[in-house]
Amino acid sequence: MADFSEETGAEGGVLRLYGRLTLPGLGDVAKRLDAVTGKPAIIDLSGLERIDTVGAWIVQQLAERTGAGIEGASEDALRLMSLVRRSEAEVRVRPEPPNPVIRVVTEIGDATAVALTTLKGLVAFFGAILVACWALVLHPGRLRMNAIVHRFELVGVKALGIIGLMSFLIGIVIAQQGAVQLQQFGAEVMTVNLIGRLTTRELGVLMTAIMVAGRSGSSFAAQIGTMKLTEEIDAMRTIGVSPIEALVVPRMLAAVIMMPLLGFYATITSIIGGGLFCWLSLEIPPVTFVQRLQEVIPLTDLWVGVLKAPVFGAIIAMTGCFQGMQVSGNAEEVGLKTTAAVVQAIFIVIVLDAFFAVFFSQIGWI
Amino acid sequence: MDLGDPIAIRVRGVCNRFGEQVIHDGVDLDVRNGEILGVVGGSGTGKSVLMRSIIGLKPPEDGEITIFGESMTSGDPAAQLDLRRRWGVMFQGGALFSTLTVAENVQVPLREFYPQIGRKLLDEIAAYKVVMAGLPPNAGPKYPSELSGGMRKRAGLARALALDPALLFLDEPTAGLDPIAAAAFDELTRNLSKALGLTVFLITHDLDTLFAICDRVAVLADHKVIAVGTIPELLATDHPWIQEYFNGPRGRAAMDAVDRHGAKGA
Repeated sequence: MADFSEETGAEGGVLRLYGRLTLPGLGDVAKRLDAVTGKPAIIDLSGLERIDTVGAWIVQQLAERTGAGIEGASEDALRLMSLVRRSEAEVRVRPEPPNPVIRVVTEIGDATAVALTTLKGLVAFFGAILVACWALVLHPGRLRMNAIVHRFELVGVKALGIIGLMSFLIGIVIAQQGAVQLQQFGAEVMTVNLIGRLTTRELGVLMTAIMVAGRSGSSFAAQIGTMKLTEEIDAMRTIGVSPIEALVVPRMLAAVIMMPLLGFYATITSIIGGGLFCWLSLEIPPVTFVQRLQEVIPLTDLWVGVLKAPVFGAIIAMTGCFQGMQVSGNAEEVGLKTTAAVVQAIFIVIVLDAFFAVFFSQIGWI
Repeated sequence: MDLGDPIAIRVRGVCNRFGEQVIHDGVDLDVRNGEILGVVGGSGTGKSVLMRSIIGLKPPEDGEITIFGESMTSGDPAAQLDLRRRWGVMFQGGALFSTLTVAENVQVPLREFYPQIGRKLLDEIAAYKVVMAGLPPNAGPKYPSELSGGMRKRAGLARALALDPALLFLDEPTAGLDPIAAAAFDELTRNLSKALGLTVFLITHDLDTLFAICDRVAVLADHKVIAVGTIPELLATDHPWIQEYFNGPRGRAAMDAVDRHGAKGA
């Protein structure tokens, strides 16, 4: 451990340092040296066993502060002290904290600008996809069937397990919560209406959309973002392959075609879950349950669900691919854009769902 | 620095494999105190894996590694933790913590190992280390994403030097730098190693770096260290890879450059 002693003499004091003036041996010497108020004329280093740049820095600072001369320094100490002297400069550790008022205003402004450019970008991207689709209609041979079928598997088939489980449980929860409330009016048989209509019109498709956004929307963004980083997309462009045709259209088609199927599947699984609860807990036998479903669900309810699904699929694929294309710079961007893709997809899906609800009730599909 | 032992790192019979793929099969290597040892080898010969084994990120499957007389492979964890204070590592891309500024990055090891250091001294240490690594003073409060590749490497070096290590590991310090920045980095490495009395373990592909600053060079090939020595010593061996490496067109150009430079200097 390092330590020091002070002596007062005729020609001013001597401050003697000894021990190991290094990071591990520093202890509280730095603080105590800071507290030295006397004006030693000489700092004596001859007692030091070892010194490193931190020690050299401390000695250097002390000498500057007190104006003392340094004596007894070893070759090592002299070399290190000249190194730290050369490295002395005003360096801030953290950036200057900005004025809070200005910061709030800038952040609001930045967020607005980002929102507007994103919106503009999305519209432009949608346009680019339409152009690519038209080109594919004119030259159907360029359609990449293999890629599309592969996407069907990833977006649709592989999602069956998780979406089935989720919908089944949601069906049970709706039935259970509905039954508790409806029992107060002695109308637990209406639980069937609740399950049937709620899942076919809304929840089946909406929950599927949220799941697909989380599973496939994010993976679209991450895949395309990574390809952007590794310059694969630039390579594609240089050999004349349109990334929109090769990457975006297959994903878009897969999502548009798979969403109604998954939505319908989710609806049916929810109904099975709810039906199971009705059977076990409310003693409504499956046959009665199905009969009642037929009576209370109009066919339009099914259309309401199934017609929304492809639109949601398109939104999810589009935001995912769009955000992936926005990646630039470093790997951190991939994560940020993936998050943005999922958040935007779910947000737009829910906003559109509200529009659909109003629209369908206006045209009399109540 | 254990003056009694002239060997800083002693690697004996180290074996590493990933699944079926054998990387090292009995690697022996000594790094002497105070030298700059360059490690070369073709792509995939396990230069980085050897470094990761030495610093304990990938314990070898077999063999013995001792650093300053302390075993990394069988010693007790407390002694190994103590060893960690005595080396600094600069990874290829700098590996800076992206949520911290450059100066805060330098402070991380200091805070971790010496929590008793006061805020003022901590800021001062970070400041002079940043400048010592050749960064401009205004780089201190910047975030890694705002830095160029060369500056990121220097910031990585500043962090590696934070604890005043006796041993410095550099993984391809000049890769991806333009020739001017690479030469400046070489000079910085040599000056710092001289001024701080550092032992440097340097992985590189850069022939200029080898000729300019390395005291000795170790060649990894055929899962082993096939030769260690100064460049003239290596040239005297007749291993085909070594001959091709140093006597290839690039090797010759680097050698000529040193000769010209040396002639001018003398």
